[in-house]
Amino acid sequence: MTQRSNIFNNIDKPVLFLYLTMVAIGWLNIFAAEYAETQKHVFDFSTSYGKQLIWICTAFILAASVLMIDVRFFTNFSQIIYGVFILLLTGVLFFGVEVNSTRAWFQFGGLAFQPSEIAKYGTALALASLMGSARLRKPGHLMRLKAFLLVLVPAVLVLLQKDVGTTLVFASFILVFFREGWLSGLALFFAGLAVALFVLALVFNELIIIGILALIGITIAIIMRKKPKIFPQLIGLFLLVAIYVYSVDFVFENVLQPHHKARIEVLVHGGADLQGAGYNLHQSKIAIGSGGLWGKGFLQGTQTQFNFIPEQTTDFIFCTIGEEWGFVGSLLIIGLFLALLMRLITLAERQKSVFGRVVGYSAVSVIFFHFAINIGMTIGLAPVIGIPLPLISYGGSSLWGTTLLLFTFLKLDAKRLEML
Amino acid sequence: MNIHTNTDHYLHRKKIIAWIVMGVGMLLLVRLFILQIADPSYKVFARSNFLRHITDYPSRGLIYDRHGELLVYNEAHYDLMVIPGQVGDIDTLAFCKLLNIDVATFESRLLQARRHSRFRASVFERQISKTAFAAFQEKLFRFPGFFVQPRTLRKYSYPVATHTFGYVGEAGPNIINNDPYYRPGDYIGISGIERAYEKELRGQKGLRIRMVDVLNRDIGPFQDGRYDTLGVAGKNLYTTLDTRLQLYGEKLMQNKRGSIVAIEPSTGEILSLVSSPSFDPGLLVGRQRTRNYRALQNDTLKPLFNRALMAQYPPGSVFKLISFLIALEEGVISPTTSHGCAGIYHTRGISIRCRPHPSPVNAITGLQHSCNTYSSIIFQNTLNQPLFNNIQDAFTQWRDYVRSFGLGQYFGSDLSYELPGIVASADYYDRIYGPGGWRSQTILSLGIGQGELGVTPMQLANMTAAIANRGHYFTPHTVKAVGDPQNSNTQYALANNIPISREHFETIVYAMQRVVNDGTASFSRIPDIDMAGKTGTVQNPHGENHSVFVAFAPAENPQIAISVIVENAGHGSVWAAPIASLMIEKYLSGEVKRHWFEQRVLDASFLTAMP
Ligand SMILES: [Zn+2]
Repeated sequence: MTQRSNIFNNIDKPVLFLYLTMVAIGWLNIFAAEYAETQKHVFDFSTSYGKQLIWICTAFILAASVLMIDVRFFTNFSQIIYGVFILLLTGVLFFGVEVNSTRAWFQFGGLAFQPSEIAKYGTALALASLMGSARLRKPGHLMRLKAFLLVLVPAVLVLLQKDVGTTLVFASFILVFFREGWLSGLALFFAGLAVALFVLALVFNELIIIGILALIGITIAIIMRKKPKIFPQLIGLFLLVAIYVYSVDFVFENVLQPHHKARIEVLVHGGADLQGAGYNLHQSKIAIGSGGLWGKGFLQGTQTQFNFIPEQTTDFIFCTIGEEWGFVGSLLIIGLFLALLMRLITLAERQKSVFGRVVGYSAVSVIFFHFAINIGMTIGLAPVIGIPLPLISYGGSSLWGTTLLLFTFLKLDAKRLEML
Repeated sequence: MNIHTNTDHYLHRKKIIAWIVMGVGMLLLVRLFILQIADPSYKVFARSNFLRHITDYPSRGLIYDRHGELLVYNEAHYDLMVIPGQVGDIDTLAFCKLLNIDVATFESRLLQARRHSRFRASVFERQISKTAFAAFQEKLFRFPGFFVQPRTLRKYSYPVATHTFGYVGEAGPNIINNDPYYRPGDYIGISGIERAYEKELRGQKGLRIRMVDVLNRDIGPFQDGRYDTLGVAGKNLYTTLDTRLQLYGEKLMQNKRGSIVAIEPSTGEILSLVSSPSFDPGLLVGRQRTRNYRALQNDTLKPLFNRALMAQYPPGSVFKLISFLIALEEGVISPTTSHGCAGIYHTRGISIRCRPHPSPVNAITGLQHSCNTYSSIIFQNTLNQPLFNNIQDAFTQWRDYVRSFGLGQYFGSDLSYELPGIVASADYYDRIYGPGGWRSQTILSLGIGQGELGVTPMQLANMTAAIANRGHYFTPHTVKAVGDPQNSNTQYALANNIPISREHFETIVYAMQRVVNDGTASFSRIPDIDMAGKTGTVQNPHGENHSVFVAFAPAENPQIAISVIVENAGHGSVWAAPIASLMIEKYLSGEVKRHWFEQRVLDASFLTAMP
């Protein structure tokens, strides 16, 4: 047995350093985003930055607790932890409070808590346990179905809360499936293609797309005429794509909520003409674009300080960074995220157990998805679906969720040699 | 636990994932590079993107009297605003010269505004002069960060009904924290009608977002005005006040402390509401507002205090109207029941004095001469009826009768800051004397309107209106219609009924006519107008007694019910009754013929007496 004190020596220092740096940068920018408005004391707990200070402290306590707990707790109780979060997600539908038309929050006094942010952690553990227990490298259909349901159930529950942004985050687990070989490279390719077609179908008339696809298909068929065997597959594929492209319009018109539609339309048509959605993106681009190389300096951002941008401490925190710290700041933030993700991939690969590796890749997938979409949406590369920038944005649930996921993985990593 | 193998077939996929992550990261960086460095248009946009949020303050609703005469309206003025974060290098000296202030004042105001917010507009100078406004319009581009905000201020046609209209002032921090509509510098109704009808009067603020360039020039609406909201003008109010009667009442109450409340009995509409001393409502508007307010607050005559709604007096003899009505309804007396009066009433060690008058008296003459002995006997007889098991039950029923006249409770009408008055409960006496430890003689003074009773002049007038209506009243109110004169306020159309039968009211009304024609108020009889009234004198331990009179007229078809209280003026018949009679004459005849009678009141002054 190793000594308990060793746990702090064994945890990965680069990740710990990146974590602390990002939390600190996040708090500074929340402060900057709200400072002009209030100019209250740093420890005034009625402000976002005051409350965030509480969340940060509790997140540190949470991290320390995770490091103290015996590693077998996570491996043995992963299914139970998952079950608890499913119960919380169900409970919030009935007992939660509604914020911005989303019923995703439990309210405790002045602090609101969003179980969906932590449910991703439970899903990662359950998935790790399932994949770790698969005896064969090639899992059977039942196992695949189980794994798929593990992700789908919380995703649907979050969708019932009308929180489309967080629901989409669950799609990021596709990377874990891919890495573990539960999904082929082709599937990943098709997933990417589906997203591309989705956007294309909204931009162009679906008939044009199908026409182009038909042309490509016919060209392939002519080139490949020596191998008529693939013709039925080619036709089948073409039909699937055609149905998909048509259904995109159907989903768009009938399933999505108006504000999501507006946000996607703004993105694909690039127009700032739409009401609220276009306004957000336009203002956010002006704020970031006006930052220049060096930025306007801490607390000097005119766009930030004049409150042009809504949700500026949460979903649009990157505007403050872009405006006040300029391209140098953008480079720093993106550099920090890439460094963290790369380091996490390295650590995940050095795990001796599948369990550890799946938790590692879950952290990579979830953080990557949040990072790419959140920054992407402030600069017009992704639809504004309202998910936070991990460790940076204001909000305790997100910070707790990311902290749990990271530190559970760091704990597993520190004990990787015992996990045999 | 689980299987670990060195033969991980999917190891190469690590590289694919790493490439995806790095690829997306690079994509974001390229896009950020374009936005932040390569494309200059966003920087230009941000520089010209000084947005200025200009509030459109709608004009506050106008206030009319019952005949459609305009009483309260608005006048435009301009506030000079500053956004400290946008103030650049300006010619401070030239600026100060325009405003006629010194540089130190300039610096301290700027500092104060900066403390409020660097990025939100603060008022730099309120209500700048017309010349300063013209100069600023011309030279505004020289003073980036400053702009002019149009506002409106209240103006009054006459310095009249100040307490009823109330006044408008800046919303304080308490209001701003509790109601998101109000921002620092906004106006809000502080008292009176301005307060009660704030939501209707204020309308809805509008917001215009304008783009301003570095030279402080307005370069047009932001996004073609898409985010602008139009202001909605406040609604006009049509009040129940009769301006001529109100003016006359205030004139009569010159140099006197007290109040007059006149109500139209058939509707509950308040015709006039005088609280004296009063003040010019114009004093609480404009730049001198704070100074004037402080002066009014320190005035020993308390002009800010609305006596008509907030002064609570023991009603004295006028309360006998109610206690006689209760005795009649309870069958304790009939109109002809008579008792002798020897000028003093004794019961178990308690004695109550009476004034000299013919004896014996019955219900009519008892009221006519305001006999304390008769009042005490019927009060005791009411409470000592054998049908009650204990004093608490007897008293509670008596008290319910009293409260049915609107005493001891809020009217819940549109009057700001009315007080409920006092009608003590059986519990109260239980607490003082122990449960059941009190008898009818213990609380005997209630029978003559003294003791644990407090009524406001408004409640007295309403009680009188209820008698004039022979058994019901309409909640007194000051506003007939909101927005459109036809759009009448129906919420006060429901009658509040008093559980006493009409015949007893007729008896009391007859007695009240006798009071005026051949009783304590005969001095104030009005030729050709049949007035019914009752005098009262409120014991004042601090000085001269208060003079009280309630009346209505004409007795058979009442159009006005009135209460008058003149503090420290002695017996009700001497001053309160004459004032009430003049008001009634003015209202019903349009002019006062009894000139000497009027002059006597105008010449009287009671301000030198102890409060
Ligand atoms: Zn007597």
